[in-house]
Amino acid sequence: MSGVEKINVKVSAIVPLNELVTRFEFKRTDGALFPTFSGGAHTVVEMIDDGLTRLNPYSLMSDPMDQGTYAISVRRDDEGRGGSLFMHNNVKVGDDMVLSNPVNLFSLDLRAKKHLMIAGGIGITPFMAQIKQLDRAHGNWELHYATRNAALGSYVDELTATHPNDVNVYYDDDKNFIDLENLLDGQQLGTHIYVCGPKGMINWVRGKTAELGWPLEAVHYEEFLAPQPGKPFEVKLSISNKVITVGENESLLEAIEREGVDAPYLCRGGACGQCETAVIGYDGKFIHRDHWLEDDEKASGKKIMPCVSRFEGKTLVLDR
Amino acid sequence: MTIQFKDETFRGDYTYKNSDWAIKRFPFPFHEDSYMYSVNMEQHKGGPEGSIYEKRFDVDEHYLSEMRDRAMVLADDPLRCQSLPHMTLAGWDLLELIMVSKSEDYPDMFELHRDGDQWRWVNKPMGIDDSFTFMDETTLPYGPMEYITRQTQGDFAVLDQRDDNLWMDAGMITTQADWSLDFDIGMNFFEWHAPVPKANEMGIFIRALKFLLNVQQGAPARRLNWTMTVNPLLDTSPENYHKWGVQKTELAPENVGEKQHLRVELQTFFRLPRSNALVFPIRCYLASFDDLMTVPKWGRRLHRVIRDLPEELATYKGFIDNRPMMLDYLSAYDDGKPTSDGIWPDLESEPERS
Amino acid sequence: MSKFNFPESIRSRPTYGTLEARAGKSHLFVADAEGAEAIIDLAKTDDSLMAKSHVIYIPKDTGEKYTSQLEKLGINQLYVGPSFAAAQARLQRTLERAHMGLQLYLTGTEGLMGQAQRDAMTAGIPHTAIQTEHRGSIGRRMQCVHCKGITEDVKIDPFVCSHCGLNLFVRDHYSRRLAAFQAVCIDAEDPGNVPPSVELYS
Repeated sequence: MSGVEKINVKVSAIVPLNELVTRFEFKRTDGALFPTFSGGAHTVVEMIDDGLTRLNPYSLMSDPMDQGTYAISVRRDDEGRGGSLFMHNNVKVGDDMVLSNPVNLFSLDLRAKKHLMIAGGIGITPFMAQIKQLDRAHGNWELHYATRNAALGSYVDELTATHPNDVNVYYDDDKNFIDLENLLDGQQLGTHIYVCGPKGMINWVRGKTAELGWPLEAVHYEEFLAPQPGKPFEVKLSISNKVITVGENESLLEAIEREGVDAPYLCRGGACGQCETAVIGYDGKFIHRDHWLEDDEKASGKKIMPCVSRFEGKTLVLDR
Repeated sequence: MTIQFKDETFRGDYTYKNSDWAIKRFPFPFHEDSYMYSVNMEQHKGGPEGSIYEKRFDVDEHYLSEMRDRAMVLADDPLRCQSLPHMTLAGWDLLELIMVSKSEDYPDMFELHRDGDQWRWVNKPMGIDDSFTFMDETTLPYGPMEYITRQTQGDFAVLDQRDDNLWMDAGMITTQADWSLDFDIGMNFFEWHAPVPKANEMGIFIRALKFLLNVQQGAPARRLNWTMTVNPLLDTSPENYHKWGVQKTELAPENVGEKQHLRVELQTFFRLPRSNALVFPIRCYLASFDDLMTVPKWGRRLHRVIRDLPEELATYKGFIDNRPMMLDYLSAYDDGKPTSDGIWPDLESEPERS
Repeated sequence: MSKFNFPESIRSRPTYGTLEARAGKSHLFVADAEGAEAIIDLAKTDDSLMAKSHVIYIPKDTGEKYTSQLEKLGINQLYVGPSFAAAQARLQRTLERAHMGLQLYLTGTEGLMGQAQRDAMTAGIPHTAIQTEHRGSIGRRMQCVHCKGITEDVKIDPFVCSHCGLNLFVRDHYSRRLAAFQAVCIDAEDPGNVPPSVELYS
């Protein structure tokens, strides 16, 4: 069993928000209702890019109770392998696409007495859905959203207009930064903090909360790693008895799937652990990029997360 | 087919009986002639027509009597149904899942009419026709989980998912195999399984948890579990053990076939959409040894499984003292012939008993 | 000696460690009887800790033995009370106005630690973030699964339920929500056949 149930959709709207970010909206092809979902869930979008199938996860940012439309917001990454560029350049209104059922690896802890949200840049997207979920339940929440400047502040206007007292926006270009220490100090017992943004921001929040004695269970973060391009390399798949080459712009997982070999996955971003694969033999060095394996597991040369990690060297044999 | 609901009891005079139809579709839990713990999960996506796997929530001839028994248990002890405060959203998810499933799977018995958040639910067998506002607890006579599970066979454990674990944070538990919701509510997956013998050493629980954490929306899973019960008693709770425990000693050679029941749980697992919780329905099916012996394959196999079961498992499942008596009865139905793989009766292909 | 090594048991049975000073601006201790020794030991390892601490202490049957020692530790706020029930409102009020980052230390008997942990969890502290160290009596807080009544300080197995009078055996299955171990009727299948009681862990 790999991945999750699929939903056939048509692109119903494409809304450019600013120079970098565009929102894509989808309707079901069969006219039925979408499943509801929980705030923080993502969907995996299938893209057929010049014969190459890409499966990229994006946070669902529409209202979780709205069963008519799903929406994602995609930031264009000019240096990436092309998934976001494909969405920005090739996808048109009316196109047929395939989404996965929602999967949530960043859900709210509903026991929290208060939800404190920290967003950096495009990391705002899961919070868009979570805020709608919490509003319906009269939840206690507060958002602190850092972005480069007003021009690149996706959804800033919408958020500040609807929630002037709960949304705090910080522009880097104005040298206006989140005063994290003061923000954390004095939060009532039972507060949970959620952070979604660049790695540096996540590490900053995790570090500061630890320093101030916050329990690990009260600190939630989500960072999807996009697979990075790299030098092509060859892999032997032992169970299926195939030798495959992983191209410069595809991930090891995508190359395995291209060869018709079934491999489990959920997040495709190095976080969920689902695609963990045993290494049978190797001669070379791993480029581990996930945050699933422990350091000693990475050093052991016995495991790899093919969704984001790569390899450089002579031979690599996987138990797949 | 139209189901003929029976009027029967699961206590006192114990008038519970299976029809021939119910015996043929009984979920015999042993797919081979021996038993050991396993995760044995499969997708819950229908099954052979008429089987208990066919529908998402199976309704059978015992429906109305089971619901009456549940109401009696709850009147005696309201703590059998509890939901921690953060689980109300999951309760609504469950109510929606069951109402949508039953109205689609049994349109002649159940109807759901939705106009935005104004819902009307019709349960014809139970004579219920209620209109309410979805997500507004004040419009239902009970909380959403209690409301719908008073109308659905089987126990329901509703599990919150957080910190890479599952937490038993809500449930309707009145037909349990000797565990207490009131005691276990709030525990994580490893804690509520702690009393299972050897649970600590068995990597199987770690694997099961990993599987369950990844059950996805639209892709439910299922497995069978089993134990033994003397008399068709649904409420084998620890709370009432001081009352029913003594019934185990009433088993005698002349009544084993009638009194001793194989108790099978169809356990299913559904991801709940709005709450990201997991619901774990535990549906109990009871069949007397006499019922089971009408299927030659099951007679042969049950004897072999019970005979070879490790002692600690027979103790945990609570029939170690009665095992010799059960084996005396069962051995008469085992002629030593081979059995076919799988759980189905295979009445056409399996040999008659010699 | 106030320390006891509990034998290895099932996953639902709580385990206890040794208190250590943790990062944080405010520190709350709840202790009973010999639990005071754990606080005194901890104070020796960190000079600045006690000045940031609030200690709720119930001496139980140790009388004055430890209170004078605690008074010399320079504790910012020290409360000595006659029972957990008497101290509970104070504990709940303290938790209610506390902030994230509060460090909670529980020490003494299992019953005390379990009940204080329950209040702390209700206030929003995950149980895994609460430090515990067992000291003193090995008596257990038991819940009768049949009548739901709690019997405190159970030291023998089997024992008689102080509410319904059933003969109960002591299980290691433990509920944080009830702050109690589970007790189940021992003679349900053979009424009247109750083995003689033995000391726990004997």
